[in-house]
Amino acid sequence: MTTPVTVSRVRRRQIAQLIANGMRLDGRGLTEYREIKIERGLIERAEGSAQVSLGRTIVLVGVKVGIGEPYSDRPNEGVLTVNSELVPLASPEFEAGPPGEESIELARVVDRGLRESKSIPLEELCIIPGKKVFIIFVDVYVLNHDGNLIDTSAMAALAALLNTKIFNYEVEDDEVIKIKPGFKPLPIRNYPIAVTLAEIDGKLVVDPWLDEEEVMNARITFTFDKDGNICAIQKGGGGFFTKEQVLEAMRIAREKSEELRKIVVEGL
Amino acid sequence: MTTFYENREIVTPGDLLAEGDYKAGSNTYKLGNKIYASRPGLVEYNGKEVRVVALNAFYIPSVGDLVIGKVVEVNVNGWVVDINSPYSAILRASDVLERSFKPQRDELTEILDTGDLLIAKITSFDRTRAPTLTMRERGLGKITRGQIVKITPTKIPRVIGRKGSMINMLKKETGCRITVGQNGLILILGRRIEDERLAIQAIRKIEHEAHTSGLTDRVAEMIRREKMKEEIKQDAKSPRETNR
Amino acid sequence: MQKAPVKLIDEEGKRVDGREWNELRPIKIEVGVLNNADGSAYIEHGKNKILAAVYGPKEAHPRHLTLPDRALLRCRYHMAPFSVEERKSPAPSRREIELSKVIREALEPAIFLEHYPRTAIDLFIEILQADGGTRCAGITVASLALADAGIPMRDLVVACAAGKVDNKIVLDLNDIEDKEGEADVPVAFMPNLNAVTLLQMDGTLTPEEFEQAINLAIEGCKRIYKMQKEALKARYLAIKREVEEQ
Repeated sequence: MTTPVTVSRVRRRQIAQLIANGMRLDGRGLTEYREIKIERGLIERAEGSAQVSLGRTIVLVGVKVGIGEPYSDRPNEGVLTVNSELVPLASPEFEAGPPGEESIELARVVDRGLRESKSIPLEELCIIPGKKVFIIFVDVYVLNHDGNLIDTSAMAALAALLNTKIFNYEVEDDEVIKIKPGFKPLPIRNYPIAVTLAEIDGKLVVDPWLDEEEVMNARITFTFDKDGNICAIQKGGGGFFTKEQVLEAMRIAREKSEELRKIVVEGL
Repeated sequence: MTTFYENREIVTPGDLLAEGDYKAGSNTYKLGNKIYASRPGLVEYNGKEVRVVALNAFYIPSVGDLVIGKVVEVNVNGWVVDINSPYSAILRASDVLERSFKPQRDELTEILDTGDLLIAKITSFDRTRAPTLTMRERGLGKITRGQIVKITPTKIPRVIGRKGSMINMLKKETGCRITVGQNGLILILGRRIEDERLAIQAIRKIEHEAHTSGLTDRVAEMIRREKMKEEIKQDAKSPRETNR
Repeated sequence: MQKAPVKLIDEEGKRVDGREWNELRPIKIEVGVLNNADGSAYIEHGKNKILAAVYGPKEAHPRHLTLPDRALLRCRYHMAPFSVEERKSPAPSRREIELSKVIREALEPAIFLEHYPRTAIDLFIEILQADGGTRCAGITVASLALADAGIPMRDLVVACAAGKVDNKIVLDLNDIEDKEGEADVPVAFMPNLNAVTLLQMDGTLTPEEFEQAINLAIEGCKRIYKMQKEALKARYLAIKREVEEQ
């Protein structure tokens, strides 16, 4: 997988020099996020949806609820499945076709946050034990890539799940599922938030945008749940962190996750 | 200024070899004032220079190197040659024809075709473009007879030996003409197949034991032993014939 | 009805396979095991059996796939269909694709890629038998295959996981501990440069527990690093000994 060099050498130096002085090209501080905007329920056909823009990065998540068979080793639990698509219109670098490694990594990191924090109590999504359960399809659709797809997607997935509704139903004779009028909200018990930091010339910056991502040595993502526990970590990029940098990143991420959680969960 | 290993001790990538005002020789790198090994091999401290004699490394062309290669492609400009390196080399038609290539008159495949072996010299190389070859000098050109042995390129200096001691011994003891390519390929031409086989056996032994001392004598010893075994076998066969 | 929870650590603090909390599984490493590959190595780590092979650096075709200023490292982590309890389809799963990426990113910082522009280095990691911690053992053995191929490196990369099992922070989780435990933290490390090149976590940990886990994992890494170096030197030392005995 080749990453074309689009950031000029002059710009690279600029970015690195500014960061060395605690500033970024767009005027942000090293631990500041870009402007966050959330739109909820915009896709009526989906059972839940949300669009998050983080600066110019835009991710739309649609949640569909279906009925299907449980996994054989978890017969009384519903199923959560997270998929992501880096659609070609989102960036000149994205090509049509099956998900590549970047898309798969994105989906799996978002999934890990939701799953390990047990944000959806899957035991409550069992309809007929061993036979029929709810399947929650979370589809992450990246519409514009301007850096930091992980944090944006994680926020959009959480926001979409927070406005997801499942239909009421009745089971007859242990076999037949009859749909009844009305809906109830999908139970959500935890609010995982992902915070990504990039390492540039020895400094850690929060929420890297596209040019910073190209210049960075590596990135690290910490996903925190509502109680301040870590439920996922993912280092990415071909560089490295010292152990001290990892722990510092963790401390910054914990603080930022609380800020972001308020934005995603507020007003509900 | 401190060193951390004995001379000719085996080191591995990442081993801190020296700290202080040293120069980073081959297969090492410098970070601040610390010198680390970058390949597994034998560390050598030579005054202010620290280097590692690598146990295994691929060949990167150097201008002036004699190499043995194989033609893998013929195109309008000349030939693409596999020189046992991550980089394929180019031999231009103009080098061989001594004038520019004229498509109506010249059939390049008649001079060198894919699969042909050749001895050449590197005339230029920088990592942004393919290395170029020449066959203009004496001793260079297409290979028509003999056997080729391939060894790991870092062991070629061992096959040559200090001031040619090893290679001269090999030539003398086996009676073969031996052309050593810096890229790990060696051409052996003997009067008999047995001589060539002996030379190959010797070279394999050198490759296997390259990092040990007293090698030249041991290899010479081995060759003489094999030649004696050969003579005994011949003697065992001939009595029946001579008594006729 | 939930399954009865599996007790992973008994009253004496011993784990399901008899180990202490900070004990590594037995490890055996061999370098230079395949003839065709430019470099290769094999590891047995507990019940894991993993083979790594390197081809390259070499020119890659088509040309536009290579980078103008450095070598391209391509990595394939793949599990054999018979490596796990229930036969796995040979087609690459999403997990294998993610692991191929993070493993590649764990090894890139170690290699002097800038020395070989326009070339590709192909690294293959085949999991022949799996029992938890395959990405870590895979990285450990892949580093040796790269060194065996004569590819210049800043340091060997070594990897080890720590995690939380039955409320205790433990070293080197096996498959059951990974599946039933509370958290798993795989770490890849270049000891001479104090560099963490792979770090992931799934499960739940407080920040303090995470710090304990990463410290323990790095300690495990340092122990395995010694074995890596021994394995790399072993072949040459054996020949040296052979010659001295003659």
